[in-house]
Amino acid sequence: MEDRFDATPAPDGVNRPWVYSRLSGAELREALRRMVRIRRFEEAAEDSYIRGLSYGTMHLSIGQEATAVGVCAPLSDADYITSTHRGHGHCIAKGAELKPMFAEFLGRETGYCKGRGGSMHIADPGRGNLGANGIVGGGLPIAVGAALSAKRRGSNAVAVAFFGDGANNEGAFHEALNLASIWRLPVVFVCENNQYAMSTAISRSTAAVNVADRASAYSMPAEIVDGNSFAAVAEASFRATDRARAGDGPTLIEAKTYRTRGHSRSDRNRYRSREEIESWKARDPIDAFEAELLAFGLASAEEIAAINAEARADMAAAIEFALASPTPDPAELTRDVYSPA
Amino acid sequence: MANDTRELTYAEAIREALAIALAADERVFLMGEDIGVYGGAFQVTGDLVDRFGEERVMDTPISELGAAGVAVGAALTGLRPVFEFQFSDFSLLAMEQIVNQAAKLRYMLGGAVNVPVVFRMPTGSGLGGAAQHSQSIEAWFAHVPGLKVVEPSTPYDVKGMLLSAIADPDPVIVFEHKLLYKTKGPVPEGDYRVALDRAALRREGRDLTIVAFGIMALRALEAAETLAQEGVDAEVIDLRCLRPLDREAIVASVKKTTRLLTVYEGVKTLGLGAEISALVAESEAFDYLDAPILRLGGAEAPIPYSPALEKAATPQVEDIVAAARRLAHGRA
Repeated sequence: MEDRFDATPAPDGVNRPWVYSRLSGAELREALRRMVRIRRFEEAAEDSYIRGLSYGTMHLSIGQEATAVGVCAPLSDADYITSTHRGHGHCIAKGAELKPMFAEFLGRETGYCKGRGGSMHIADPGRGNLGANGIVGGGLPIAVGAALSAKRRGSNAVAVAFFGDGANNEGAFHEALNLASIWRLPVVFVCENNQYAMSTAISRSTAAVNVADRASAYSMPAEIVDGNSFAAVAEASFRATDRARAGDGPTLIEAKTYRTRGHSRSDRNRYRSREEIESWKARDPIDAFEAELLAFGLASAEEIAAINAEARADMAAAIEFALASPTPDPAELTRDVYSPA
Repeated sequence: MANDTRELTYAEAIREALAIALAADERVFLMGEDIGVYGGAFQVTGDLVDRFGEERVMDTPISELGAAGVAVGAALTGLRPVFEFQFSDFSLLAMEQIVNQAAKLRYMLGGAVNVPVVFRMPTGSGLGGAAQHSQSIEAWFAHVPGLKVVEPSTPYDVKGMLLSAIADPDPVIVFEHKLLYKTKGPVPEGDYRVALDRAALRREGRDLTIVAFGIMALRALEAAETLAQEGVDAEVIDLRCLRPLDREAIVASVKKTTRLLTVYEGVKTLGLGAEISALVAESEAFDYLDAPILRLGGAEAPIPYSPALEKAATPQVEDIVAAARRLAHGRA
């Protein structure tokens, strides 16, 4: 296939990342497209807050896009993910559309959750996204349950549990890892270690040096990857999902990354230095991925420009759609608390 | 079709319901601590593991939060788990998954999903379990929109309600009073259903209404017999369903008898009796009341160990008789 990277050694002697031979050029450009759309979505979310258009809180994952999209690279709609309060990226990485996402962000009836969930609960169950979660660690046991379902059905679907470094001290994390391991379930635990649980640095919260170190207590393989490198994350995710689909049980991936925005709207960034933030901005995952695709001849400058232009246009259309959408009717406040009789 | 009726214990009736559901629906499976080869702490699951295998009757580690979350995730993705907590007290370790997740997922996701999970909870005192194995925490769960909460008092009801709960698309908490497991009653063979939103009128009477549930419904009926000998004719409503409450049944009865006594084992303050009292006070039955509403609830203390104290901590038959007597002969 000519759209696939040529694995013969390059004249400059640089080794190409393995995932560039596993994925086609079209698939790699789609990955870039999703990373760019995450960025545009979150910038739009931030902007709408500044302009007073949005209501509740939000947690931005700007700087973490490579992790979300890299992890989802081996997944299909049949595979499950559980997400976190910082979940916009996971949702788009799993294939969600911008219009119902932004409508949900603005609390509109046309949103993915009909305005009942908001930023912290956006879900897309039709594509296997079981939802963002407002409780730190809440999604991990649920992903284990989804994996149990997949195994019982005899499907080869996997369940991916995204969580942050802050979740690795919750009991739910430890219980979920243990249960997935004893039952040998097809789960991939993905720690997005962005180094801070709100304001608390991981060195102040966690006795282990790496979250990945904890996997050995549950007889589970783990690996640490550069969370700002799409190729590194995707390679680890392929390895882990291949293992899971083969019936070899769960894996823990720790992606070291960084959120360049604050924890939420209330953050004054008093726990970290401007220099630290700037040093991570210099390692922007989207810039790096674009440069790699260009360097390896897998995307042209024109294609990259088109991906960016399309994301801007689609985001503008999503904002327009959301703003034009009706707000939920208070008469239907209690609809969907229970299933219809 | 329900046909032949036999005498079964409450525990046997539960086991029969579980066996019927397991046989009828591949998606149904049981989870819990020591429910397999051990047969369950109260021998409710008994030999089910021999009949249905370890995949369908699945022992979990002592890991309530994680295992309850697995049940929620399995329910969210097409299975129908029936989760046994060894004691309802232990469900407090899993409150996050039950209250923040199971109860709210459907709503938070705009109705896009269902969470058909059943949590079975042995409840109540009377076996010397002391403070952490004897609580009655029904009100905690009945406070949560998104959950359905029931507490059957007879073998017939527990089988029919459990089958309804397993078939229900939403999360259902089934409280089972431990003192009821060995009680006997008529139970039809086969599959039948008892609604999850209807109280049962167990005894008709003219002079006062006693609203109770679980073991207290049985004690209220026993009290009513004593009261009858004294010329006090008590009506006994077995609530069965704690969320939703059968408002109509309660209001209609109070309008008829003009007096209301609520009896429950949970701590009196902010318990089910408070809600029932308020419901009546806000209803058209208020104008019919001939006496203040009385609540008979658990003591404002943890459940103690010593039998002398344990008995004093929850309403007994003689307490119900005394309260009903006071109510019937009080201000008219």
